[in-house]
This record gives sequence, C-alpha cells and structure tokens, in this order.
Amino acid sequence: MANGEGAGIKGRIQRWREDFPIRWLDDHYIARREFAKALTIGSALLVGVNAVIAAVGRWVRRPGQMEAEVPVGKASEIPTGGSVLFRYPTDEDPCILVRTQSGDLRAYSQVCTHLSCAIVHQSEKDSFLCPCHRGHFSVNDGRPTGGPPVRRLPRIWIEQRGDELWAVGKDS
Amino acid sequence: MSERALFIDYARCIGCQACVQACEECDTHRGQPMIHLETIRRRDSVQTAPQVCMHCEDPICAQVCPADAIKKGPDGVVHSALTHRCIGCSNCVLACPFGVPKYFAAIDQMMKCDLCYDRTSIGKKPMCATVCPSQALTFMTPEELERTRRGTAVNEWVFGEERVRTKVSVVVPHEVKEVHVNLVQLGKRREKAEPDDVAALLEEG
Ligand code: SF4
Ligand code: SF4
Ligand code: FES
Repeated sequence: MANGEGAGIKGRIQRWREDFPIRWLDDHYIARREFAKALTIGSALLVGVNAVIAAVGRWVRRPGQMEAEVPVGKASEIPTGGSVLFRYPTDEDPCILVRTQSGDLRAYSQVCTHLSCAIVHQSEKDSFLCPCHRGHFSVNDGRPTGGPPVRRLPRIWIEQRGDELWAVGKDS
Repeated sequence: MSERALFIDYARCIGCQACVQACEECDTHRGQPMIHLETIRRRDSVQTAPQVCMHCEDPICAQVCPADAIKKGPDGVVHSALTHRCIGCSNCVLACPFGVPKYFAAIDQMMKCDLCYDRTSIGKKPMCATVCPSQALTFMTPEELERTRRGTAVNEWVFGEERVRTKVSVVVPHEVKEVHVNLVQLGKRREKAEPDDVAALLEEG
C-alpha cells in the first residue's frame, strides 16, 4: 500500500484497511453512481435489442420457406365469402383458404394460436372464430382481434397458375 | 513553476480574525469557521497563531475513524467527513495532533478544514490566505516563498515518538529542520502551573 499507509502504529499491516482505504485512489470498489450508470445503460440496451427483435419479427417478414407445393383447388370455384380446407405443408397441418369480402384470396393455418383448436370462417363478419374460447382473427392479415389468442395465424402463401391455386409457402 | 501550497508564518499573525471571518463565509459550512485562532501564552503575550488542517501525509484523523468517513484525495487534500458516514464519535477530534477537526453536536457531525477544496481545486487561493492582511497564511509556490520570506518552510513534525509529515508547511528560522512539539502528560498535576496552562492558572487563583 502506498507509503506504508495502513501499516498500524506497530507496523502491522491491517488487511481490513485494503477494503476501507483512506486514499481515493486505493479504492477499487465501484461507486454507486457507476453502478447506476451501468444499470441504466444495460437496461436501455436490453430495451433496444428487444425492440429490434420485435421489429424484425413484425415488419421484416421472412419469405415463406419453399417446401412443398400443394394444389388447393380452382380459383373460380371459391365465391366471395367462400372457403376451402386443405393441408399444408404436410398432411398433419390443417389450413384454410378464404375469399374475403373484398375478393382477395387468403390462406392461413387453421390451428388457433391459443390452444390449437380449429378455427372456423365467419364470412359475413370477414373473420375467423375459434369456438374453444371465442378467439377471433382477421381474415385480412390473420391477426387476433379478440379473445385469448395473442399471436397471428401463420400465413400460407398461395400462387394462382391459370385457374389452379397452389400453396407454395408458409410463414412461421 | 511548481504548484502553489499553503504556508503558515505564525510570527506574522496579528490576531485580526480576518481568516476566521472569511472561513465562515464558505457555503459548505456557512457561519461555522473551520480555522482555529489560538492564543499563545495568554498571560504574557498577545501572540496568536492560526491553525488550519495541515493535511497530513498519513492522516491520523482518517486512521482512527471507525466509520471510514475521512478520505484523502490524490492531490493530498484530507477531506471533511462524508456526511452520510460520520457517526459523530469524535475520535478524529481527539486524535488529530493539531486539534483541527471540530465536532458539531447540533448536527452530530465532524467538520474540518478541507483547504477550501471548492476553491483550491480550480486554482484559487483558500479563503484564509486570500484575506490575511499580514500574509501569515499565504498560498504561493515554494520559490516565491523563498524569495519573499526570511525563514524556511518546514513540514516535518515530531510529537513524542510520532513523526508527522504534512502538506501544509510552516515558516521557521533557517536552523530548524523539523518542529518538535513537547507533549503534556495527562493526569499528572504539575507542582506549579505552566504559564500557558490557563485552566491551572485559574485554579491557582
Ligand atoms: S491535521 Fe488533523 S485533521 Fe488535518 S489531516 Fe492531519 S490529523 Fe487530519
Ligand atoms: S467524528 Fe466522524 S469523521 Fe471523526 S472519527 Fe468519528 S465518525 Fe470519523
Ligand atoms: S384455442 Fe382458440 S381461443 Fe382458445
């Protein structure tokens, strides 16, 4: 220790003195201010990184993985408000294709994102209803509009080749 | 040029109390002077001597503080007690060889001279040295002191077996290399009162 400071009157080194130094420069503990600063910056970073992750999930849609291509049906056979059930990408994954009131074709996984019941189409309301706990989803983007579900229905991408409709990809 | 330091030239003190008044002005302890103006052999002489904190190299006040309240900065300044730590035990008041720390019962805290840290840390003179009319307290470089004063500056003290080196120096005659301070044996009554022992003199009547 500097200048033998901390050496007792009898020249004995006092170990506790290292923890309670008289000189500022010998003090290696983190001051409260620095600790608070680290906490603040740390949580700000956490918030920022979380926001980035959320933004990526929300706006930067991953293109559907090009797994299988499955025929779904004929476009001309689906009237406004009509729907077709199919399975995609495997036979274990029920999906639903609907024509919305504005005439667009939209397909989603039929598995409710709450507790996995099968959703049904309500054409007059342009929405999906999950009968298990009265969950609602919009047919336009698959977002939950009411009830317990909080995550959107995974979108199935449909391609029209002539009159044939093909499921070509799925958002996770 | 070397750094400016505080020097005390006791012989120049005229007892005007200007330093005490100036010290009181400080915002960190307004109304309470941290400087002591001592009388020397009150019966025989009007000589007075100002006492500020000498800022010991190994501050005894800090060594005895059980609450870790007294800290020494890298520039050698021994600071006043950290208010949230000081428990008002007065250990430092009793231990300081120069009698500098003061205990204030109303706030249960010790306060002491910190070389006007708010001023000296930004290159200003401490209050006392600014106002002292005879410059018994003076803030200058050692070279300036040598040029303008007759004595030499000394910062080595011997109290009995204890040797103390301080940041503040006193001006003494050239032949003096260190200041020896005689200790008074406590608890022993002298046959005849010392001329500067006011309490004993009063008792003698
Ligand atoms: S003079 Fe007294 S108060 Fe000042 S540093 Fe030395 S022991 Fe502490
Ligand atoms: S009075 Fe305060 S600063 Fe002085 S020794 Fe006690 S706790 Fe420490
Ligand atoms: S499973 Fe669909 S709302 Fe509960």
